[in-house]
Amino acid sequence: MCSTCCPRWWRDFVGRGPEMRVLVAMSGGVDSSVAAALLLDAGHEVVGVTMRLWGGESDTGCCSVSEVDDARRVAHRLGIDHHVFNLGDDFDRYVVEPYVADHAAGRTPNPCVECNRHLKFDKLLRRADALGFDAVATGHHARRVRDGDRWRVARGVDAAKDQSYVLSMLTQRELERTWLPVGELTKAEVRARAAAMDLPTAAKPDSQDVCFITRAAGREDFLRRRIPLHPAEVLDTAGTVVGAVDAVELVTIGQRKGLDLAGGDARRYVVDVDVAARVVTVGSVDDLLQREVRIRDLVWSAEPAEGPVFVQVSAHGEVAPARLTGDLLRWDMPHKRVAPGQSVVFYRDEFVLGGGIAR
Amino acid sequence: MPTVTYLDHAASSPTLPEATAAMVAQLGAAVANPSGSHTAARSARRVVDDARDTVAKVLGVESGEITWTSGGTEADNLAIFGTGRGAADAVCCSAIEHAAVLTPVEYLGGRTVAVGSAGLVDLDALADTLDTSTRLVSVMAVNNEVGTIQPIEAIAEVIRARAPQAAFHVDAVQGLGWLDLAAVSSVADALSISAHKVGGPQGIGALWVRRGVALVPRALGGGQERGLRSGTVPVALVAGAAAAIEVTAARREATVARVARLRDRLAEGLAEAVDGLSETGVVGADRRHKVAGNLHVRIAGVEGEALLFLLDAAGIAVSAAAACSSGAIGASHVLAAMGIVDDEPTASVRFSFGHSSTDEDVDHVLDVLPAVVARLRRTGS
Repeated sequence: MCSTCCPRWWRDFVGRGPEMRVLVAMSGGVDSSVAAALLLDAGHEVVGVTMRLWGGESDTGCCSVSEVDDARRVAHRLGIDHHVFNLGDDFDRYVVEPYVADHAAGRTPNPCVECNRHLKFDKLLRRADALGFDAVATGHHARRVRDGDRWRVARGVDAAKDQSYVLSMLTQRELERTWLPVGELTKAEVRARAAAMDLPTAAKPDSQDVCFITRAAGREDFLRRRIPLHPAEVLDTAGTVVGAVDAVELVTIGQRKGLDLAGGDARRYVVDVDVAARVVTVGSVDDLLQREVRIRDLVWSAEPAEGPVFVQVSAHGEVAPARLTGDLLRWDMPHKRVAPGQSVVFYRDEFVLGGGIAR
Repeated sequence: MPTVTYLDHAASSPTLPEATAAMVAQLGAAVANPSGSHTAARSARRVVDDARDTVAKVLGVESGEITWTSGGTEADNLAIFGTGRGAADAVCCSAIEHAAVLTPVEYLGGRTVAVGSAGLVDLDALADTLDTSTRLVSVMAVNNEVGTIQPIEAIAEVIRARAPQAAFHVDAVQGLGWLDLAAVSSVADALSISAHKVGGPQGIGALWVRRGVALVPRALGGGQERGLRSGTVPVALVAGAAAAIEVTAARREATVARVARLRDRLAEGLAEAVDGLSETGVVGADRRHKVAGNLHVRIAGVEGEALLFLLDAAGIAVSAAAACSSGAIGASHVLAAMGIVDDEPTASVRFSFGHSSTDEDVDHVLDVLPAVVARLRRTGS
C-alpha cells in the first residue's frame, strides 16, 4: 500500500508509532478544551471531535452549531484536527425517546447518564477503535486510576465539580480506553490553564441543564409536544384531596414546589407519583424517608459489590452508607426516597464501584 | 496528512491558473468601482462587461440578460423570489433540488415533484403538479449528489403544454463544465451558475433571465446590474469567473471524454474490489444519464462518517453527501426522494472529478478504499 505518501495510514495497518493517538470529545466547553491541551502537552497525537446530537432547539447544550464552532476554534488554536460526528439518530434512540417514555411513566430520568452510556462511551468509543485511536478522552471532572489490577473511576480533585456520578457505567472494557485528564485539576485550575493558553472557551459558563431542553420553553413544553400530559389530584397520606397539578408526568418524588397546595403550614413533599391513577401523594419529611430501594440495570466497573457500600443518588448529592444484597439496597439510616429512574451510584472511598437505576 | 487525491470538484474545484491570473490582474492598483465615471472606473467596467460577454457566449444568451450574483445560492434565490411570489402553490421544483432552490420554494409554500429511483424527474408527476396558476418551475440541470442529468427539454415541453404562462428556471450549477448550456438555455427562462464549481473563485455566480421575463430584485440599493442586484460588482471575482468558465467551455468535450474514462475505471475497479457496493443514479450499468464527473456509490455495512475519516487520513478528499454549511453529514433528501432507505448502516460516497483529476487519483482510491471498508467491517463501525 502507500507507505510513502501516508505514514499515519500505514501505521494503522502495520503497527503503532511511539505516541498514543487520542480522540478527544470536545463539547465546545472549557473542560474538554483543556483536556485536549493537556494531552497535547503530554506528547500525544490528539484529534478533536464534536458530536452533533440534537437537531432541535437548544441554548445550554453541547451540540448546537455555536458549540461546534467553539470546539473548532479551540482545536485550531491548539493546532489539532477537528471533526464533527453526527450521531443524532443514536441520541434520539438512546437518550431522548427513553427520556420522554420515563416521564410518561412517572419516572425521573437522567439523560446525561444515558448519553454517557450509549453515546460517549459506546458509540464514540467503538468508532474511535475503528478509526485507529488508542483512547477516547473527555472533559469530565473525574479521574481514571488504578485500584490494584483494576481501572476505576475516582472522584475528581475538585470535590464541588466532581462528575464521577455520571460515569458509573464504565466497565474495565471502556476504562481501558478512556482518559479523563481534567479530573486531576480543580475547575479554577482548568480555567486558569485555558486563559493562559488564550483558548476562546476560557470564560464560558458551565452548562448544567439538559442540552435538548431550552430555558425559554422548558421541560413542560418539550414533553407536551411529544406526549399527552395529564392533570392529577394531590392527596395527603390520609387520602384527603389537598391540591391539584396540571401534569402528573412532570412531578418528581421529593418535590415541594409547584403543587398548588391548599392550607397547612407543615412542609409537604411528594412521596408518591401514580401516573396511571393520576394521583400525587404528599407527606411530611418523615413520610419521604425509605428503608430500602430496589435497583435495576446494575453495571459494575469490575466485580459486583455485595454488603456495605456508600451510595450517591444525585449529581452532587451526599453519600450515605447502605448494604447491598443482590438488587436490594437497604439504607443504614432511613434515607430520602429515591425517585424511580434516578441513577444510584456505589462508592468505596473515592472509587466508583458501579451503579444502577432506582426502581 | 495533506490531501493528495482531490475528488470533490462538485463541492469546489481547485482554482485554474487562468482564473488566478485574471483575478490578480484586477487587484492592487487596478481596483476601482466599476460604477464610477473616471478612467480607472471605466476600465473596471469594461472588465465586468467583457466578462459578461464571455459568460453569455457560453450560455448561448444575450449579455444584457446576465446578472452577477455572489454565487449559485443567490442566483437561485433571485430567480425564485424574483419570479415566484404569488399564490402559495404557484411555484414548484423537483424533490432533489439543491437546498438553494428547495428552501426558497418551501418558504413560498411551493410543491415538489417526485423523481424515479434513478434520480430523474417523473414527467407524469410534473404534469400533474402544473396548471394554469403555476408561475415558476425550477429543475436542476444536474443533481449535485448523484450526478443525474435531468431531461430539461422534455420538462420544458411538459411546462409548455400544461403551464405555458410559467417561467422555467434551471439551476445549472452542476451542469456547467459538463453540458452544453446553450441547449439548456434555449428551452428555459432562467439559469443559475457558480464559478467555483469549474475552477473559478468562490463568491461569484450569475443568473441569466430571458428578456421579457419579469424579475423583482431582492437586494435594493445603488441599482447596479440594471437594478436587479444592487451592490458593487466585485471586478476581480468577475474576471476570474469569466476566465474559468471560458477555459472550461473550450475544453469541455475533451474533459468530458477524459474524465468519463477515469470515472468508469474507478466505478468498475471499486465494484470488483468491494462487496456490497452499488452505484447510484444509474439504470443497470448505464451511466448515460449521469455527468462524466460524478460517481456516487453506496457501501453496505459501513458508516459514512467513519469511512470518510479514514479516506481523509489517507489523503483522499470526497463527500458523503452534498457539502453543506455545517461541515457535518446529514441525511440526504436526494437519496430519500429516490426511495433509498437503509436497514443497516450504509455509506454514501460521492467522488466528483474535474479538470485536475488523473489516473493516479483513481489508483490511490483503488489502493485505499477496499482496505478501509474491510477494516470498518471488521471493527463493526
